[in-house]
Amino acid sequence: MVTLKPERATTRIPLPKAPAGTVYRGHEGMWSWVLHRITGVAIFFFLLVHVLDTALVRISPQTYNGVIATYKNPIMGLGELFLVAAIVFHAFNGLRIILIDFWSVGTKHQRAMFWIVIALWIITMAGFAPRQLMVIISEVSG
Amino acid sequence: MATTFDAPRTSARRGNVEKWGWIYMRASGVVLVVLIFGHLFINLVAGEGVKQVDFAFIAGKWASPFWQVWDGAMLWLALIHGGNGMRTITNDYVSNPTANRLLKGAILVAVALLILLGTLVITTFDPCPPNAAPGTLPSFCSALTR
Repeated sequence: MVTLKPERATTRIPLPKAPAGTVYRGHEGMWSWVLHRITGVAIFFFLLVHVLDTALVRISPQTYNGVIATYKNPIMGLGELFLVAAIVFHAFNGLRIILIDFWSVGTKHQRAMFWIVIALWIITMAGFAPRQLMVIISEVSG
Repeated sequence: MATTFDAPRTSARRGNVEKWGWIYMRASGVVLVVLIFGHLFINLVAGEGVKQVDFAFIAGKWASPFWQVWDGAMLWLALIHGGNGMRTITNDYVSNPTANRLLKGAILVAVALLILLGTLVITTFDPCPPNAAPGTLPSFCSALTR
């Protein structure tokens, strides 16, 4: 009687240590989605506070001025810089999403458009950041 | 053999609600880019930047229907856009049905209350209120006889 050793038909493929690459995971498409979510949530919570602080104009001018004065200290000034950075990214990436949905070759160019969004974001912030820092410094120095 | 399902594959009514939500996010998004970039430029970049923002500055803007409509449109479009985004995120991450409904209820209440409050503030705004402390009013108020 002949016993045959079971033959391994396939060689064992080791499981990847890190999440394996796909066309989506770890690439521009995923990171644009992550950033869109994070900036969106941050902007939403700011908006809730911003409607409330603006509503103080209905109580009295001095009440509004007292609260809005806190928006002018340097720490809030930096907060506004981050807020504008979040809004500008969300705006440009939102336009990219619309182009992906409606432009016939939008999906094909989504990766390039992500880098265009980043470039436009850098250009816009290069314009806004020095202006905001000037305002912060002039507020501190009086 | 591939199995196909006859359209509509989901209940037509629910499908339409989500479709209109999808369309709203894109339509309001385009308008909000213009409204918010204009708002940020006028309030934070032009003139003296955020330093200039006080009651007199707001009163000067809201004395004109142009800025009342601008800010009112921004209020409605942005809060509904943000509320719908938060609803989507809640549906993605909160699988417990009770917590899901509670959170979406809280988002709806917050958005509805702030739209109501903001709309009332813009429409009933008085640029020269009688309880103002000296020096807080826009210059045009001194021309008014009370």
